[in-house]
Amino acid sequence: MMENSRRSFIKIAGLTAAGLGLKPVADVLASGGVQKKTSPIGDVSSGKNVLKAKRWAMVVDVKKLAQDNTIHACIEACHKLHNVPKMKNMRHEIKWIWEEEFKHAFPGQHHEHVAKEIEHAPFLVFCNHCENPPCVQACPTKATFQREDGIVLMDFHRCIGCRFCMAACPYGSRSFNFRDPRPFIEEIQEEFPTRMKGVVEKCNFCAERLAVGKQPACVEVSNGALIFGDLDDENSEVRKVLDGNYVIRRKPGLGTGPQVYYMV
Amino acid sequence: MPNKKQIYDREKIVIGLAIFVALISFPFWFNMGKASPVPETKLSDKAKAAKQCIAPTAYMRAEHMAILDLWRDTVVRDAKRVYSVNDGREFNMSLSTGENSCMGCHVTKADFCDKCHDYASVRPYCWDCHIAPKENK
Repeated sequence: MMENSRRSFIKIAGLTAAGLGLKPVADVLASGGVQKKTSPIGDVSSGKNVLKAKRWAMVVDVKKLAQDNTIHACIEACHKLHNVPKMKNMRHEIKWIWEEEFKHAFPGQHHEHVAKEIEHAPFLVFCNHCENPPCVQACPTKATFQREDGIVLMDFHRCIGCRFCMAACPYGSRSFNFRDPRPFIEEIQEEFPTRMKGVVEKCNFCAERLAVGKQPACVEVSNGALIFGDLDDENSEVRKVLDGNYVIRRKPGLGTGPQVYYMV
Repeated sequence: MPNKKQIYDREKIVIGLAIFVALISFPFWFNMGKASPVPETKLSDKAKAAKQCIAPTAYMRAEHMAILDLWRDTVVRDAKRVYSVNDGREFNMSLSTGENSCMGCHVTKADFCDKCHDYASVRPYCWDCHIAPKENK
């Protein structure tokens, strides 16, 4: 007995610890196993006014957009609505929608005899909401995903800021918040959240506006220069415009299938 | 050698043990009787008039974080933004945007969210991005 005292003490201590650890498990089993907590009584729906489509797409009428500074009105409307900060340091710049020259928007399609009015026209560029989006494949947390209606959307809650999507996107449509954006937002809109330091952001085709039956903000202020609609609907305006006009897309050879079409 | 179990340097060890126990239990006896009372959340007039949130109060108290988590996935991933309670009321499944959202009814973050969160020392990062309604002081 005396010789074994340490040994028996450890045995008893071990059994006691195991017993204490088992008690919660035994309690759960005694009460009838693991039960799923009941959810509140209610149901979720997409609302009455929601705009639905099989495939959202946008047509940009470049000539119309060049008139009356419309392009800047579009950029301004979007950035204001979505609390996009105006960074002073251009290396920290955040942009959802911006102006680009032909040779930068359409590299590989530029040559020295491009018509002057096209060469120097302001092109409005933003996320192409690709049919085969490389950013979605790159995202390790599925923070970026493709909705059934084709919108490539971000769940900012889940973004870990790895920036793989930025490397994957061939259009530079994504920006990273190197700093807390809040101090750089001129007038914070309460209707849309801001972002925090360390997340990526980009155009969302105004998913929050489609949900309440409104067209995207840029389309609304574009005086008809931007046409937004359902590509799968033969009677939609986008389809009619696409049927009747020659359009180009950005970097078509990459196979991403951009859903933004430029009418030149 | 007598087969007798004994502690060598008994006094030193006992004093040392006493000091050790006193130190390790310091947080307990130092804070004894100083526990602050459980805070009462202050409901806004609108919330009082509604009588019940989307679910009974006890459920909301225990599960609001799980509901918010579920809602954010439902809104972002499934594009379903309207929550209808079986009694006919409809809510905008949003933390901070508009009349019909959480903060549309619980209008003051300081009186509603922060009181318990501060007490329980939890720091949710909702407000790093979401914008709390302007407080009417």
